[in-house]
Amino acid sequence: MTTVSLNNLVKSYGDTQVLHGINLDIQSGEFVVLVGPSGCGKSTTLRMIAGLEEISAGDIRIGGDVVNDMEPKERNIAMVFQNYAIYPHMTVRKNIGFGLRTSKLSKDEKDARIDEVSGILELTDLLDRKPNQLSGGQRQRVAIGRAMVRDPAAFLFDEPLSNLDAQLRTQMRLEIKKLHQRVGNTIIFVTHDQVEAMTMADRIVIMKDGHIQQVGTPFEVFYEPANIFVAQFIGAPSMNMLNGIVKGETIALDNGTSVPVPTTKLNENQKVAVGLRPDALLVQEGEGLFSGEVSVIEPLGTDTLAYVKVGEKEVIAKASGRTPPAIGDTVNLHAAPEAIHLFDAHTGEAIR
Amino acid sequence: MAFSDTLDTSKKATALRNSARRKRSQAQFIRWLLLFAGGIAMIMPIVFMLSTSFKYPFEVYNLNLIPEEPTIENYTYVLEDGRFFGWFTNSLFIATITTICNVLFDSLVGYVLCKYTFPGRYIIFIAILSTLMIPTEMLVIPWYLMSSAFGWLDTYWGIMFPGLMTAFGTFLMKQFFETVPDDFLEAARIDGLNELQIWWTVAMPLVRPALAALAIFVFLGNWTAFIWPLIVTNSQEMYTLPVGLTTFSVEAQVEWELIMTGAAISTIPTLIVFLVFQRYIIRGVVMAGLKG
Repeated sequence: MTTVSLNNLVKSYGDTQVLHGINLDIQSGEFVVLVGPSGCGKSTTLRMIAGLEEISAGDIRIGGDVVNDMEPKERNIAMVFQNYAIYPHMTVRKNIGFGLRTSKLSKDEKDARIDEVSGILELTDLLDRKPNQLSGGQRQRVAIGRAMVRDPAAFLFDEPLSNLDAQLRTQMRLEIKKLHQRVGNTIIFVTHDQVEAMTMADRIVIMKDGHIQQVGTPFEVFYEPANIFVAQFIGAPSMNMLNGIVKGETIALDNGTSVPVPTTKLNENQKVAVGLRPDALLVQEGEGLFSGEVSVIEPLGTDTLAYVKVGEKEVIAKASGRTPPAIGDTVNLHAAPEAIHLFDAHTGEAIR
Repeated sequence: MAFSDTLDTSKKATALRNSARRKRSQAQFIRWLLLFAGGIAMIMPIVFMLSTSFKYPFEVYNLNLIPEEPTIENYTYVLEDGRFFGWFTNSLFIATITTICNVLFDSLVGYVLCKYTFPGRYIIFIAILSTLMIPTEMLVIPWYLMSSAFGWLDTYWGIMFPGLMTAFGTFLMKQFFETVPDDFLEAARIDGLNELQIWWTVAMPLVRPALAALAIFVFLGNWTAFIWPLIVTNSQEMYTLPVGLTTFSVEAQVEWELIMTGAAISTIPTLIVFLVFQRYIIRGVVMAGLKG
């Protein structure tokens, strides 16, 4: 277990700067997920921590030591790649043991380590198989095993679940989380899938265009998003966002309706964006925040998502799964005052 | 629709189906015929070679495939001639060493050109490729001058040095290394291997089909090489098999039956090399097909 610190980390390719001074402190034993859309710099950050990309400026510290000029092997980290990177010409045993090739352990000690790791990952019966005889999930476990066997200070995962089907991804997500609880190593996990980030992380780092947008627990980034990008990136479906302008005690929205002002920190005529998560905007009887006509419904089982046209804008709301509205129905949408998120229309920053 | 109409439609459909099937089988027949003709054209020289090797001299110029009086005397003569064994050994030694060198050096250069970024990489690659455009006949003069200057004439090294590395092999290996994901190499780098170990332990086994193909090409190329060994060797002891076989052709007559016998024996190592390595080539093709 170890700490990892990034101080003003910059990465440039020629004149193009892709990381603009990243600052992040990861505690020992913490499970941190870097999440963001393609091109946000999350994989580049991970590869710089691993030593696979050169640092243009700034410092990386692992366990308090600056590792900028250290080779990957000297950093005592292990990495699991998106396409597993397990060697097709080696058996599972050799793949797992590959990380110990340069170790000074005796053969018996190495074998004992391989057996221990394969036991933890339930690979004992597969040790003599080649990767092409394994399922996707088993290959992923072999890749994790190869990382584990060296007992590194930190694990780096680069989108390791994105090649798996939905069911297996859910299963592996759980297994990695259990593994972290069991071994307790520091984990830095990169994904573009916000569900993975929410379900696995102790803390989530949301990135966009080479900048960190917010660092927080899953609860914080969901309920207290720092800006419009985070608010819309985290949560599925995406948060409804309506533009408005403060008029007295209400915010006049551009869909022709209005909502009450939930905070005193607003000025008259201030332009704001009003955010409402679909699961906080409920289709119910009685007069609500808005009313509108249902244009599309998406049954999800327990709930139904209703796409409701309110004025010129369409919003997504949650309706009952058992008694969903029909297309063309006019419905009332209700939201609790605390479910309304406000953002500055110019800067996109949250107003609390 | 009346029943008779339905029946007519059904008959028309059946007729159309039959016509399409006929056309398909005709096309199939033509394909098979062309392949058969191609196969015959390819195999006839080998059949004639084998046939001639079992003939007496008087029958050589008869184009019959089966000798009237088959004999193994040619084989006995060639194998008992001490020179033949020497030439065979020379060819085997030279072809084996050049094959090993090519597999190592071509793949090493191809790997570096493919997986490392450094100034001048592209220029070096183009320079290597450009040597493919120069015919061997043009190169033998500088090779000869070089061999003469360094005292390599009539030596193994003199025969081998031009072929220890080839531009074609480098190009082939570079292209194959392109298919090896960088993740494999980076994983090994994190696991503590140095660059040479990564090349040997991780990258090389992943391009085994290409290495097998290269080994076959190089071995066959060197086994059958004629012009350069003929120029660089003077003594019969240093002859390679293709050069040595020409000694059966003297001013007065050409002993075709002996040349064909020698040629027939000389195909054995090439067949062995092909049989040993072809499974890797086939596996390579299958792997390429399955890649998602």
